[in-house]
Amino acid sequence: MAQEDKKPQDGEQAKQGLRRLIVTIFGSLLAAALLPLKRHAAVRTKEAEKPQVPERYLPKWGMVIDLDKCTGCGTCMVACAVENNLPLQNRHDMEQERVIRWMRLLSLSLSDGELPNGKARLMPLCCQHCDNSPCIRVCPVRATYKNDEGMIAQIYPRCIGCRYCVNNCPYTCKFFNWREPHWPDPMDSALNPDVSLRNKGVTEKCTFCHHRLLRAKEEASAGGRGVKNGDFVPACVEACPAGAIYFGDLNDHSSKVAQLLKHDRGRVFRMLEDLGTEPKVYYLMEG
Amino acid sequence: MHSGSHIQSDDRLERAALEPIVRTGAGFYALAGVLSCIVALGVYAWCRQLVYGMEVTGLNYPVFWGIYITNFVFFIGISHAGTLISAILRVTGAEWRRPITRLAEAITVFALMVGPINVLFDLGRPDRALNIFKHGSFHSPLLWDVTCIGTYLIASITYLYLPLLPDIALLRDRGTRHRFLYRFLAMGWSGTEKQKRALEVAIGIMAVVIIPIAVSVHTVVSWVFAMTIQPMWHSTIFGPYFVVGAIFSGIATLIIAMAIVRKAFHLEEYMQPLHFNFLGLLLLTMSLLWFYFTLAEYLTTFYGQEPSHIKVLQSKLTGPFAPCFWLMALCCFGIPFPILAIRKTRTVSGTVLASVLVNIGMWLERYTIVVPTLSHPRLPWTGAIYHPTWIEWSLTAGCFAGFTLLFVLFGKFFPMLPVWEIKEAEAAETARKAQALPAAQPM
Repeated sequence: MAQEDKKPQDGEQAKQGLRRLIVTIFGSLLAAALLPLKRHAAVRTKEAEKPQVPERYLPKWGMVIDLDKCTGCGTCMVACAVENNLPLQNRHDMEQERVIRWMRLLSLSLSDGELPNGKARLMPLCCQHCDNSPCIRVCPVRATYKNDEGMIAQIYPRCIGCRYCVNNCPYTCKFFNWREPHWPDPMDSALNPDVSLRNKGVTEKCTFCHHRLLRAKEEASAGGRGVKNGDFVPACVEACPAGAIYFGDLNDHSSKVAQLLKHDRGRVFRMLEDLGTEPKVYYLMEG
Repeated sequence: MHSGSHIQSDDRLERAALEPIVRTGAGFYALAGVLSCIVALGVYAWCRQLVYGMEVTGLNYPVFWGIYITNFVFFIGISHAGTLISAILRVTGAEWRRPITRLAEAITVFALMVGPINVLFDLGRPDRALNIFKHGSFHSPLLWDVTCIGTYLIASITYLYLPLLPDIALLRDRGTRHRFLYRFLAMGWSGTEKQKRALEVAIGIMAVVIIPIAVSVHTVVSWVFAMTIQPMWHSTIFGPYFVVGAIFSGIATLIIAMAIVRKAFHLEEYMQPLHFNFLGLLLLTMSLLWFYFTLAEYLTTFYGQEPSHIKVLQSKLTGPFAPCFWLMALCCFGIPFPILAIRKTRTVSGTVLASVLVNIGMWLERYTIVVPTLSHPRLPWTGAIYHPTWIEWSLTAGCFAGFTLLFVLFGKFFPMLPVWEIKEAEAAETARKAQALPAAQPM
């Protein structure tokens, strides 16, 4: 009898429990769905509150590589590695195909056969700094982005190392740190203090030597002006003994790069142009 | 009110369903022990990977994703067992589903727990995984994955739990062990008419809601690949192709699980050859669909002859991935199709054999989608070959063992047969017969 009395109470409890369960589940789902909206709203209001700054001139940095002048010596590779604190690679890395080179020489074979019978074309290849960049779209944590001046940057402390951006780069120009970087004794005291070191597990890439741009900006603002074409060049451009790599402001019509693209129009091409990635690295064909 | 035979069959059902929970044999400890050891090996391998970095894997340039991502897609695929069997058959009122819904729902939940862990294995910095929430960007298909899989996990846990409620209450009333646990989980279920109605409504809603969620889950998993611009990933057919593959491997997993549970728990009376026959027919349908999608995908690529795509295709048809590719074709279609198509071979052992092959084939399918594309980037690369290391294989084994272990433990705490649902069907059957008899008499 006692049990009979208890039953309806139990039923009420169960109904409440069920209801509570359903409310909790749908409530949390709804909250999860609305959270990004709220953040978007916050960003929007923050943008609205921002004081209106007058429209200022923004350079668009780009690179032109003249394949007629390039000798394939590889100095750009070395200069880049030293400038940007690329980890020292060993034989094991080479064998495992895990070498990090922000600037590398792409070898396109023109005729079959092993060297010296076969003929190959060497092309310097670094991040193409695409205007419509496939790697930015897929990053789940916004760790890679295009800055105001068109450079594609990577936020190392935020990157989760999923390698999705690397997979979506048609040029395979992003690199993953498979292990902790290592420099033997005297080398570790000669690292570039302007460039941050990357830990194992994050993705890294060519920055167009962004740290040099920052320094140029400081110097320019000390002189009371904005940064302009010719204020800085990346390490690979500086080091190229053949003077085959040009760097400058594509928006400035008087800049060397803009002039080259205008006058040598017949020789200009970009890598995998038909993908619509709009690279800012231009090549001049061998004439 | 009940007829004598009815009560007897109810008793037998309860005994069959609760026996494995009440009595624990040496076999259980041996199995759980072995599985735990394999999981421990996986944990050790992951610790090594955390300490030394991704260097310990076989990944390289340009193969940045390997068998972790393969496992991820595979496990998300088999999670589709629960939805199809349980939700679709429930919505369409297929009565034969009753003894196997619990199994299907459990497979879904455990596959969804194990699958996404593989993405964590794949991260270079798993310690920063929560950045996905802090800095999440809906531009990225990976975030679509997180959203859909998260929703699916919550929904399928609910969908497993709701039909379990009356059985938990049964355990609370009949069982002797873990009474506290069952009392807590039963949430005061007493089986009143009102409660039953509420439960029916809740299950009905969940069954409808969970179908689109499940479809969305495997669609966005495929979009992780299809949204890129890489050759043979960038395909519009990938969404439905992956969903079909998922349901395919899901049914196969369910058949294997059914055969094992049937044997181990002596449930031959409830999981009959009829169930294997029906599921075998479903598997046959999915096998044909899979073949159709695969043909459509590969023929268009082949006919187009676009250089970057054809490079990948050739590596699959005749190149280094040919053994995997042709084994996949054999396992997914070549061998299972005749086994399942002929009534004589569509027996319990026939369908189980076909299911094992299908699961091997579907794992290989995921592998031949992930790796060959990455091995052939658009710009020429020296072309490293990807060989998974023992670390990757250990983690893979750990995942499969972990999945099985969760399943085994679930079977130790909860009945694998939905007792009340089978009882309900039997009661309905008796009532129908009782009603049919007087109606047959002329007034």
